Order: sequence, then structure tokens, then C-alpha cells
Amino acid sequence: MTRQQRLVALAGNPNAGKSALFNALTGARQKIANYPGVTVERKAGRMYSPAGEPIELVDLPGSYSLDPSSPDEEVTRKVVMGEFEGETQPDSLIIVIDAANIEQHLVFAQELLSLGLPTVIALNMVDLAERDGLVLDPAALSEALGVPVIPTVAVRRKGLDELRAALASLDGAPAREPRPSIGLTERRVSAEAIADAAILSETATRRLHAHLDRVLLNPWIGPVILAGILFFVFQAVFAWATPFADALEGAVAWLSQLVTANMGPGLVRDIITEAVLAGVGSVVVFLPQIVILFAFILVMEATGYMARAAFLMDRMMSFVGLSGRSFIPLLSSFACAIPGIMATRSIADPKDRLTTILVAPLMTCSARLPVYAVIIAAFIPRQSVGPGIGLQGLVLFLLYVAGIIGAMVVALVLRRSVTKGAGSGFIMELPKYQWPQLKDLAIGLWQRAWIFLRRAGTIIFIATALLWVLLSFPKAGPGESQVDASIAGKIGSAIHVVVEPIGFNRDIAMSLVPAMAAREVAVSSLGTIYAVDSDDEDETAEAVTASVAARWSLPTALAFLAWFVFAPQCVSTIAVARRETNSWKWPTFMVVYLFALAYVFAGITYWSAVALGL
Amino acid sequence: MTLDTLKPGQRARITAVDTDSIDPSDARRLLALGLDTGARVAIAHKGVFGGSDPIAVIVGRMTVAVRRAHARALSVEPAAHTEEVQAGA
Repeated sequence: MTRQQRLVALAGNPNAGKSALFNALTGARQKIANYPGVTVERKAGRMYSPAGEPIELVDLPGSYSLDPSSPDEEVTRKVVMGEFEGETQPDSLIIVIDAANIEQHLVFAQELLSLGLPTVIALNMVDLAERDGLVLDPAALSEALGVPVIPTVAVRRKGLDELRAALASLDGAPAREPRPSIGLTERRVSAEAIADAAILSETATRRLHAHLDRVLLNPWIGPVILAGILFFVFQAVFAWATPFADALEGAVAWLSQLVTANMGPGLVRDIITEAVLAGVGSVVVFLPQIVILFAFILVMEATGYMARAAFLMDRMMSFVGLSGRSFIPLLSSFACAIPGIMATRSIADPKDRLTTILVAPLMTCSARLPVYAVIIAAFIPRQSVGPGIGLQGLVLFLLYVAGIIGAMVVALVLRRSVTKGAGSGFIMELPKYQWPQLKDLAIGLWQRAWIFLRRAGTIIFIATALLWVLLSFPKAGPGESQVDASIAGKIGSAIHVVVEPIGFNRDIAMSLVPAMAAREVAVSSLGTIYAVDSDDEDETAEAVTASVAARWSLPTALAFLAWFVFAPQCVSTIAVARRETNSWKWPTFMVVYLFALAYVFAGITYWSAVALGL
Repeated sequence: MTLDTLKPGQRARITAVDTDSIDPSDARRLLALGLDTGARVAIAHKGVFGGSDPIAVIVGRMTVAVRRAHARALSVEPAAHTEEVQAGA
């Protein structure tokens, strides 16, 4: 019988540095999927034993105990106990312990050790513990716990070879006897005793994080700093991305010219230039903005600041019946509602979680950036309204604020109606501050960028290509415009009847349908519509901006922006909401209320703008 | 007295946890984070913009955020004298 590849699981408390260790052991060879039947992410990768044998390593969700209080912890419990259907019990465990928080992490470690699986303990972040004046004796720990204890610094790749060797030495060793499981209080008492025995020296160094917290969690200065950081992020998203976006745009235009110059006119050339390059190209140029936004979010998470932001936001969130815990999913939703909705799994209270899922699409996701960017560039003058504050950035900031206020009001209403119930608590560890590691950031950013590019290459490409086909046939007769004659034009005219009262023209009406696939398709659709209409071969984002500026009135443009603050134009978000709530009831509710809000607010915006004579 | 009435910087020891007055899953989480009888605690920060929620509690080597409603369930005995806390040091 051939021996199956070994399965090793990484387990431990949240903030023990598990993900960093996982990245260090597996490199970029990672596979992210879901556990069957639940929506918890299964992160697996391949590492190698010292003998070169491949081992599958899974990174289990961080837990405080095997007595689960969230869906994440439930998965960890079931996997390590071998009760998870469709997932084999790991052959061995690597328990990750934060050296600087050893008493606390030993409480869960003892519970895991009582299972009797072959185990190695990675005493992680020993460098940070030493910086704080805490020196530990791994040998004493190993003796007390009866398993190998390897000091590691995952981010500096220290101790990895030793860890691999210790893991290999477990292979074939007799299984440890499961120990009788002891209660929480007993585990805590023995954790303290074991830790005390392993501490070689402890000096009361002033901890860096206390100093930082004194400023960043200050009741008055803290929130101001947070607001400043968020404002800076949104300014940076617009300003820093410009040179990269311009370069990408130039590349798309150059490709388009190249194709035009080297191919005879015909259907294939039209498909390449008008559908592929104009459509997909106009979306891909927003990659720099998305990468910058995700970079800030990843840095805030990696440094430990995100938990502080949740702390500062808790009071505000409690006014609308949520807690600071909802802040992290909602902030992630600024990049994309899909990871945001998935991040709600750490919210223990079901009603809090449901409310957060329902309002997450109101956060301005990066897919809306292309839409906002085109309209802002077309209608808002590039002028300065203060030192370092551009008018365009300010308008973008206000659009984000509109989404946030919308989400807060909706949450307040939901918490008093459909998701009524006692407000849940806010209990959260504030991890210590750390420098973000370039490699971990790079892996995280690459994963996000790849998801976006894959969307551009599949959903956006198909939606744009389909629209191009609908726009190109049947062919217009003499004296008739191609868009008027096309199937898409007919569909657009029908929808136009519904959206005309809120100031939308037929081009917008046509772009709304393919934009259901993904919001940014609205831009590529407009790109394709105007490319077909003008027979212009390079309708890049810049050209869309010019077309829009020439053809739309300002009230129409503003109404279009208001529409996109609310409209649930993303099939993937609806699908994720369906999966996470395990019913069609809530996604349906979400779609209906969001469309209603979008229609009403676009209308109010349009008629107010018209009344003001804009 | 209870944890919510401590002032920032004040040290104390938890003498009892009233698990009946709070949600069972919240109680479990508090215990899992080490806010249990016998734990030495100190208040690091309290509230935002002059309010008194949430509270950042130092327990052992960790900082944990809780709300006043939870802190009220934790009976504490203040340390003999108040001193400036160097956050866990």
C-alpha cells in the first residue's frame, strides 16, 4: 500500500503568528479553498521534510479553545478531532505559541496536547519576547509538556529547519497516549506554573505597544488619528495610482494600435479592439488603485492597528446596534464585499453578523472605484481645495462617506426591525504591534490582485464580449446609428423607460445589465458602447471619460454616482451572501432594499441638481 | 467593586466572575481570554471622546477590549496602591 502524503495542521491562538509561519514553511505554494459545507477558508500549502518528502500543511483558524464559540473555532475543533467529514485527521500538529504571551497560549496548547496527536510546538516570535525583556527556556518547556519545543521567528525564517527536523522525528514514533482533558481553570493554573518554570529572566522593559497605545487609543487623539489615516488612504488611492494607471492605459492603447495596424479590418479585429481591449482594458487600468487600497488594509492588519481601529469604532458602531468587531469586515468591504462578508464569521452574535452582511455592500468596494473614477475625472475639475487636498479626492471621500452613513442608517433600522435582538458584546484581543513583513504583504497582495485579474479575464470579459455581440447585431442600415439598431439598443430603450425619471440616459440603461456581473463592467460596457458607436478603436478609460464628459449632463453624472453608492450590482456578492446566510431569503431582501435605495437616491440627486441649475 | 469602576492605570485582581449576568458565549470568550478569577488586571484605556465604552483591559501580557456591560460582571479587588501602569510591565 502506498503511503499517502502526510497531513500536518498548524493550530494555535489567534495572533500567535500562525499565518507568518505558514507562509515561511510553504512559500507561495498555497491553495485557498473552502471547507466542504461551511464557508470557513481552508488554507493549505506544501512543505518539504528534511528528506525532501512533500507534506501537506493546513493552517487552521486561530482558536482560544476546543469549546467553539464561532464557526471558525468549530472547524478547528472538528479537524483536529478527526470529526470533520471529508477531511482526514492530521497526522501531526504544529502548535504555534507566541513566546511573549506564553501563559495565555499554553492554555489552549494543553487542550490540544490532550488529544494525543504527535505534536511539535513552535515557540514563535521569540525575538519580540526578548525585545520586551522575556527570555524563555525551550528545553524546560519541552520537558514540562512532553513534546519537542522549537524556538522560531517565522518572519526571519529562523528555526524552520529545526522545526522540519522535529516534525520528521515524529514520523513513526509511537503515538502519545491521549491525556485526560482537564478543565479551563486547571489548565490556566498549570499554564502559569509551566510558564513560570520556563521563564529564565524577565525584565520590566517599557513595552513599545504601551507607548503606542497611549497615543493611538487616546480617547481624543486616537479617533482623530484614525480619521486622518483613513482620509490619507483614500487620497493616496487616487494620487499614487495615477502614474501606474497611465502606464497601463498607454500599454492598452499601444496594443490596440498594434492590432489595428497589423490586421485587416474585419470581425476578428473588431472583437479584439472593441470588446477585449476596450472592455477588459478599461477595467485592468484600475488594478493599481485596488492594489494600493489592499496594501493599506493588509498593513493595518499586519501591524495590529486594525484591532485598535475596531476599539475606537466600537462606540460609534454600538449606536447602530453593532460592535467594533463589525468594523473589520466593513473596512475589508472597502476593497471587496466578498472577503468582507466572509470576515463576518468572526462575529459571534448571529444577528450582529447578519446585519453586518446586509450592510457590507454599502461600503464602497474597489469595483466601484473605476465607475467613480471615470465620472469624477469627467465632471469634477482637477483643482486644489487646500494643501494636499484635491477636489477630486474630496469628492471621492464624500462618496465613501455617503456609503458609510447609508450603512449606519440601514444597520440602525435593521437592528430595530428585521434583525431585532439584544446587542451583543465586544470582546476582542488587541494584539501587540509588529512591523509588517514584506513577504507576507506581497503574498497577500498577489492573491488579491490575482482574484481581480481573474475576474477581469472571465466575468468581465464574458459580460463585455456578450454586450459587444448584442451591440454589433443586427447591422445598422444606412443613416441609422449602430447602437440604435442593435439588440442591446432595444433592451436599453426598454430599461430606459424605468430609469429615465432618475435622469439616466439610454447608454447608462444599457450598461446597467452587464454591470450586474460586476460593478466595474459599467465602465467597460460604456467603453464598448461608445467604441461601437463612434467606430473609434481605442476606447480606453481615458476615452470613456472624454465620451462621458461630452455626452452626459452634470445632474445625470451625479445621479449615476448616487446609484452606484447603493446599487447591489454584483452577482458574486449576492452569491456569497446566499452561502453565508444559508438561505435565499436574506440575499433577496438585500437586493430589493439596495435597488430601492439606489433608485430613490439617484432620483433625489438628479432632481436636486436640476433644481439647483447644475 | 467591579472592573468597570476602576480608573485607568489602577491595578486589581479579579475575585469573581458573574457568568449569569452576561450572555453564555460572551462569558466563555471572557474566560478564554484569561479574564477569570485570580487574574491580575489593569485598565489601560477607557472610552472614546469622553464616553466610558469600550474598555481596554490589560490581563497578563495581553490587552483585551471589553464593554462596560462585561466589565460589570467582573468583581475586582484593587491593589493596595494605585500607580502608573506601564501596560503589563
